[in-house]
Amino acid sequence: MDAQTVIARRIALELRDGMLVNLGIGIPTLVANYVPPGVHIFFQSENGLIGTGPIPEEAMAQPRLTDAGGRPVTAIPGACTFDSAMSFGLIRGGHVDVTVLGGLQVDARGLLANWMIPGKMVPGMGGAMDLATGAKTVVVAMQHSARGKAKIVERCTLPLTSARPIDLLVTELAVIAPVDGRLRLLETAPGVTVEQVLAATEADLVVPSQVPQMQI
Amino acid sequence: MQTTSLENAVALIPDGASLMIGGFMGVGTPERLVDELLRQGKRELTVIANDSAMPGIGIGKLVSGKAVRKVIASHIGLNPETQKKMISGEIQVDLIPQGTLIERIRAGGYGLGGILTPTGVGTVVEEGKRKIEVDGRDYLLELPLRADFALVQAFLADYLGNLTYVLTARNFNPVIAMAATTVIVDAEHVVPVGMISPDHVMTPAPLVDYLVARA
Repeated sequence: MDAQTVIARRIALELRDGMLVNLGIGIPTLVANYVPPGVHIFFQSENGLIGTGPIPEEAMAQPRLTDAGGRPVTAIPGACTFDSAMSFGLIRGGHVDVTVLGGLQVDARGLLANWMIPGKMVPGMGGAMDLATGAKTVVVAMQHSARGKAKIVERCTLPLTSARPIDLLVTELAVIAPVDGRLRLLETAPGVTVEQVLAATEADLVVPSQVPQMQI
Repeated sequence: MQTTSLENAVALIPDGASLMIGGFMGVGTPERLVDELLRQGKRELTVIANDSAMPGIGIGKLVSGKAVRKVIASHIGLNPETQKKMISGEIQVDLIPQGTLIERIRAGGYGLGGILTPTGVGTVVEEGKRKIEVDGRDYLLELPLRADFALVQAFLADYLGNLTYVLTARNFNPVIAMAATTVIVDAEHVVPVGMISPDHVMTPAPLVDYLVARA
């Protein structure tokens, strides 16, 4: 199983029937592929849609039905649309149960940086700051490190996305959560040891005596 | 509400004007109005919109066509030209969280003196802004935004100017229709009064100044 699949499958297990969920671009988008059968999720697309369905077959795209990247999607029965003020009211107002966001860095305080690299990548924050601040549960999906460089750091060096700590971090090596102001190792990926996780993590991790394996 | 030709509608817009333009990655952007702005060679425009789309699409055409001096948006990541021109200083770009941008526009249209949002607290977004505590939580005071013109893309317009939008093409359109001095609408279909049920009108007719005739 590749890194992205491990992350997406593990995060899908956090979703419960009837939740309103917003997926960011990149790895987060893949989570929709692994929702357990029988579990109905309301997926929100922040450009104004609840009930986002799969990518349409070629030549079946409706040009006015798109995801937040402007790509054609479908809408499942029961879908609804709304303007951007309501879309971000849903997000900021705590009506979105779970958001899954990509990450550049997560630090020991549980703070996320995911929207810019000064001097290199300045795309704009889009909806990331509202999602990281307003969703009930913020889950970060990211690779544990980038080309050997730790992404789980003592203190973010990149500009923060929000002052509010995330709730859960899932990488291809581990599940980690901020607990009482420190990062705690909750699970390791299949075939991964606690020592491997610690070696790939710059921030201090609290390691309980028993660390279960991801059930994916 | 007046109906007008595409050419005359865009001729109302002077160089240097501020424009709110509907659309999300080009979806729901009045493409005919954008093309006419370029054809008439408008310059030094300030564009307020969710994003700058992509080169060759919607607002991306205005950026590439040197019509824009300033962009106020939440995302320019899918338009490398906007980023290039921002870095070279050719255009000024103000980046604003998406939920804050739409609420600032809403505040401008709804007669509010600003909005309080938790988004951006503790980040670079809070620089230079007033922080106000309400019930123990910090909020940023974000000021209203208005523009000289709103360029709106609707799905249906009736002869009076009542509007509806479809699917994800709604996005910023009904909100900007409240927040500009002059509202210019392009609709995919123009229909007789009564075709749009009162409950389905998303933008009431008195907000619309000009409806562009179909070619």
